[in-house]
Amino acid sequence: MSSEAELNPTTYIQHHLTNHTISVGDGAFWVLHTDTLFMSVLLGVVSLGLIWMVVRKATSGVPSKTQAFVELLIEFIDDQVKTTFHGNRHAFVAPAALTIFVWVLLLNAMDFLPIDIMAWIYEHIFGLHNWRSVPTADVNTTFALALSIWILTIYFAIKVKGFGGWVTELVCTPFGKNPLLWPFNLLLNVIEYISKPLSHSLRLFGNMYAGEIIFMLLGMWAATGVTGTFFGAILGAGWAIFHILIVVLQAFIFMMLAVVYLSMAHESH
Amino acid sequence: MNINFTLISQAIAFSLFILFTARFVWPYLLRAIEERQQKIADGLAAGERGKKELELASQRSSEVLKEAKQRASEIVIQAEKRASDIIEEAKQNARIEGEKIIAGAKAEIQHETFSARESLRQQVAGLAVQGASKILRREVNAKVHADLLASIEAELK
Repeated sequence: MSSEAELNPTTYIQHHLTNHTISVGDGAFWVLHTDTLFMSVLLGVVSLGLIWMVVRKATSGVPSKTQAFVELLIEFIDDQVKTTFHGNRHAFVAPAALTIFVWVLLLNAMDFLPIDIMAWIYEHIFGLHNWRSVPTADVNTTFALALSIWILTIYFAIKVKGFGGWVTELVCTPFGKNPLLWPFNLLLNVIEYISKPLSHSLRLFGNMYAGEIIFMLLGMWAATGVTGTFFGAILGAGWAIFHILIVVLQAFIFMMLAVVYLSMAHESH
Repeated sequence: MNINFTLISQAIAFSLFILFTARFVWPYLLRAIEERQQKIADGLAAGERGKKELELASQRSSEVLKEAKQRASEIVIQAEKRASDIIEEAKQNARIEGEKIIAGAKAEIQHETFSARESLRQQVAGLAVQGASKILRREVNAKVHADLLASIEAELK
């Protein structure tokens, strides 16, 4: 933590939960979290760029170790998509799933960076007072992903079934075609359409946010003295190890849900 | 935890990344993987074919071997037969030759016997004539009985 005199738990946590922002217009909405955007774009460019470098030299003969690793990843994603999505998955759904998995996994993995050391580096090397490392602990990121998927599900639903087919499905399922049931059908579908992106994004956000908070609490404990430092370090290591599971699991769940939503859009009830 | 413009920027970044993956990453690597799968499948098929061919070849070789064994045993049997034939023939020839020799010997013996008997008879005749002439010399005139002696001699001969 930086050198402010009024150091107490509230300011400590607030400091770590404040994004680096720039304003791009008038009003509360037109604010950009530069840290979130920069970290996510950087990680996306680095990870996909690495994969691209491997792919450019990809051979159908004996693969190099990195190519084998990327292939392993792709086949893993492809297997997952194959079991859920029945259509031409290679056109969009599988590449999208790969992007989501790799990107979200890396964004989540930023949680492993020790927050106080990173805060010191950001402050003293880059001169950034507020800088959050974990883009998925910013609700904007998870909402952006979930809403993109959500728009895509609507796009694919209309593309596959036609606009009329989509509207018919909205009012005629799941209860039946009887006109008396139309309002209930519509209500249920609207609830479903609202709840999908909410649960999709908040699940990931909640997990990563909570993980960050727990690291902060352990960091606060470490500030109380030698005993706190000792137990804080041990518990921090334990939580980090457990967090490996959460990071991978949440990335996987996020990807799987996206695939499931996209395949539901492709199939009629 | 406030929704702001970051949402839109992140959505744009996300779309770009998906497009990039779908356009530049996924198809190429998938093609490489599928080509390799094809290669492996071909290799396995070739292996299977090779195995089948080996099986066929070993079957054929065992057939050839069996045939060769049969031929060999036939040849051996033929050879044995031929050998016994040769032996039989040789025996036959030997018997004929022996009989010929025996016949020759018998003829010679007969001849010898005959000539011996002839000379013996001559000698006996001579001796008889001598003896008779000795006996008769005392009592008979040789001249008188000469024709008698001659007849005896002729009879003995």
